[in-house]
Amino acid sequence: MVNAATTFTPVASLAGGALIGVAAVMLMALTGRIAGVSGIAVRLFPPYADGELGGRMAFVAGLVAAPVVVLVATGKMPAQTIQGNAVIMIVAGFLVGFGSVWGNGCTSGHGVCGLARLSLRSLVATISFMAAAMATTFVARHLG
Amino acid sequence: MAVVLQFAIGLVFGVGLVISGMSDPAKVLNFLDLAAIGVGAWDPSLAFVMAGAVAVTFVGFAAVLKRPRPLFAETFHLPTRRELDLRIVSGPVIFGVGWGLAGFCPGPAFTALGFGSGAAALFVAAMLAGMLLARWLANRPSLSAIAPPMDQFET
Repeated sequence: MVNAATTFTPVASLAGGALIGVAAVMLMALTGRIAGVSGIAVRLFPPYADGELGGRMAFVAGLVAAPVVVLVATGKMPAQTIQGNAVIMIVAGFLVGFGSVWGNGCTSGHGVCGLARLSLRSLVATISFMAAAMATTFVARHLG
Repeated sequence: MAVVLQFAIGLVFGVGLVISGMSDPAKVLNFLDLAAIGVGAWDPSLAFVMAGAVAVTFVGFAAVLKRPRPLFAETFHLPTRRELDLRIVSGPVIFGVGWGLAGFCPGPAFTALGFGSGAAALFVAAMLAGMLLARWLANRPSLSAIAPPMDQFET
C-alpha cells in the first residue's frame, strides 16, 4: 500500500483545533457536559439516563453536516484519503468503539477536554492511546 | 432552542475537524508514523490541532466553570473519578490500535459520513457495535472486580 503524502498545515491545524476548543467550551457553558464524542455516541442508544437524547442527536448531526457546510462555503470538498479495505474499517471501527467506551473517552473527551481540565486519568489515557496508535501505525506500515 | 444550539456546536466541532485536517485519515496516519521523520514524510500538523484545542478549552473551561450553572442545565456534570485503574490504560490502548489502523477516531468518523464515504459507514457501524459491547461488559457485576462500573459523567 502506498501512503498518501500530506503537507504540514500548522496555521489551519491550529485554527481548526481552536474551533474544536470553542465547541467544547460552548457545550460546557450550555449543557454542562464534556464534549466527548464517544460518550455522546454511546448514549444515543438506550437505556436513557437523562432527557438529553435530542441534544446528543443534534450534536452528531452537526458533525456529519460539517463537510457539506465546508463544501458549500468553499466550493470544494476537503481532502480525505481513506487507506484500508473494508475488513480493516470493520476491525478498526470495532476496536475504536470498544476501547473508547471501555476507557471512558477518546481523543476529544480525554485528549482535549480532560487535558484542559488537568485530569491525571485523561493524561494517562492520552499517552496510552497515542503510544498504541503510533506503535500500530509503525507495525502496519513498516513491518506488514 | 438547546437542541438547535447543540446542532450548531456539533457543526463548529466538525468544521474544526475538517479545517484542521483531523478528518483526513491520511493526515492522521502521517502524524502517527514517527518512522516518517527519518525520510522527511512526517506530518506534525496534529500536534497543532491538539495544542489549539487544549489551549482554548483550558481558558474557556476556567471561565465557564466559575459560573453558578450551565445555561440549559441545573449543574455541571464533571467526571468525579480520580483513581488510575486497569481500564484507563487498557481502553485507550485498544482504542489506539484501531485509531492507528484506520486513522479514524470517533469524531472524524462521524464527519466522514458527511463526505459520503462508504468505508466510513462501515467503520461507524462497527464502532457503535464495539461501544455497545463495551458498555454491556462494563455493567456486568461479575466484571466489577477488574473493572469498576462506568462513570455516567465521564465521556
